[in-house]
Amino acid sequence: MTPVLEIEGLSGGYCGADVLKDVNLKVEAGGFLGLIGPNGSGKTTLLRFCTRVLAPRKGVVRFHGRDIRGIGLKELCRETAFVSRDLPGGFSFTVMEMVLMGRIPHLARLQRESRRDIGIAEKALELTGTLEFRDKYIDELSAGERQRVMIAMALAQEPRLLFLDEPTSHLDIGHQVQIMDLLKRLNRASGLSVVMVMHDLNLAGTYCERLALMDNGRVFREGTPQEVLTFRNIEAVYKTIVLVDAAAAGGKPHIILVPGEK
Amino acid sequence: MGRRLNIPFLLLLLAAAVAAGIALGPVHLSPAELFSPRNRAILNMRVLRVLTAVLAGGGLAVSGVALQAILRNPLAEPYLLGTSSGAGLAAVIALVCGAARLYLPLFAFGGAVASIVIVYLLACGAGRMQEKSLILSGVIVSVAFSAVIVFLVSLSGEKVLHEMTWWLWGSLQVYDPKLIVLVSLPVIIGIAVIYFFSQDLNALSIGEEESMHLGINADRIKKFLILVSAFITAGLVCVCGIIGFVGLIVPHMMRLLAGPDHRRLIPLTCIAAAIFMVVCDIVSRTLFPPLEIPAGVITAIIGAPVFIILLKSKRRAL
Repeated sequence: MTPVLEIEGLSGGYCGADVLKDVNLKVEAGGFLGLIGPNGSGKTTLLRFCTRVLAPRKGVVRFHGRDIRGIGLKELCRETAFVSRDLPGGFSFTVMEMVLMGRIPHLARLQRESRRDIGIAEKALELTGTLEFRDKYIDELSAGERQRVMIAMALAQEPRLLFLDEPTSHLDIGHQVQIMDLLKRLNRASGLSVVMVMHDLNLAGTYCERLALMDNGRVFREGTPQEVLTFRNIEAVYKTIVLVDAAAAGGKPHIILVPGEK
Repeated sequence: MGRRLNIPFLLLLLAAAVAAGIALGPVHLSPAELFSPRNRAILNMRVLRVLTAVLAGGGLAVSGVALQAILRNPLAEPYLLGTSSGAGLAAVIALVCGAARLYLPLFAFGGAVASIVIVYLLACGAGRMQEKSLILSGVIVSVAFSAVIVFLVSLSGEKVLHEMTWWLWGSLQVYDPKLIVLVSLPVIIGIAVIYFFSQDLNALSIGEEESMHLGINADRIKKFLILVSAFITAGLVCVCGIIGFVGLIVPHMMRLLAGPDHRRLIPLTCIAAAIFMVVCDIVSRTLFPPLEIPAGVITAIIGAPVFIILLKSKRRAL
């Protein structure tokens, strides 16, 4: 079966300087990949190449076997969606108006949303537990609620592949678990493939099927959480000493920080 | 929610405003007198004036709506791209060189287009256009051109100064119907084009990358719509001079009343701004006849309090 996402020999970055150097990655259909690595290792940049915000200098990104540069931007956005780390600014749209924007790739210019589109948006609100906010203004919501609305907007695009850039970074642990559970449920129930950048290694190890540990623009190690989250790998990449304990979390690696100063 | 305003209602208001604009003026005339052949000239003048007001209001406000969404800046307004000072500079040069009054709008249009091109090229310097650099280059070009305008005016004495005042304060009196027809072309086409892209403006207003994730070719559409709104302004500035406030405030007012969805916002803003402009013009003509208060003064005097009342009553941030 063709992988849903295939990154081959990808090099490129901003203004001539390469941030990514020969990145190779594969995500099988229905996969759940976590991108981890230190700040500046190229995780977010990698997502930008996958969504055509940036164009690679070398290499290709394939979606279902097709080079994404050969797919129209609108067509690509009917298949993939992106949830960013930054919460949206701008004018005060209502939650419903915002989520309906997720239908833009499916509509022609000046075409009104049909009943079906509204139904899809409502379902996305329901899935993310934000249906009760539908007529509220987006800037009246808390950070956690807003992040869930942004996920609902991405789901309204009806993607087969969802990219997320640290979607839980603004959230408390309760909301973090809520969002991760939601993504896991979507991944299992509807076969939605997920690629997400994460900072919290424990959260990444608990939820992701596979992890790609990035270091300095390269993929340092790719594999299951057990394979990637070893104290050796973490020490090599993060330059930090940690303990890894698999017993506490039911076989999933659990990382314990070791402070440098006592 | 206050999102009940609708287009038919506003169109009715506009029709009433236009009727009032034709009926009222510095000279009191009954409708029968107004339509008698004797007063043909007055009627013509008033019709032209009201039409200009409708065009100027609608055009400037829609241009403002688009720029505020694209630049995600509440202070964005139609003259941001240096169009007014470019047109002004070209007009002063024409006056100093003694070009006939007839060619003035042509010169002004050329100046406006030239300044748009300069600002645009400055902002696009390295690849993708940044909002900040566009705003900055607009300000820099405006300041530089304004300095040259003042320099030229101060060298050339009373007559040019007098000719230039209408420009700096804005005027809706156009004497040549052909000129209105010419100006209405870029304005009406521009408004239609911006409306066509209203869904794109919604997406762009939440963020450039966000809009790309919705399948919108943000960079290209942004540049295109900035040029379209600049051309609307260029067309208007060469016959009306600088009419401030409409393009900045009416979009905000309508956003407070009708919400930020551009598919509703653009037509509503266009009609509301036309009404606003016609009413302001009636005031400017009839307050102290036969004196005429410049259009820009009235828009600010009426617009500011209306806007403050709205902002307070809605208690919502922009």
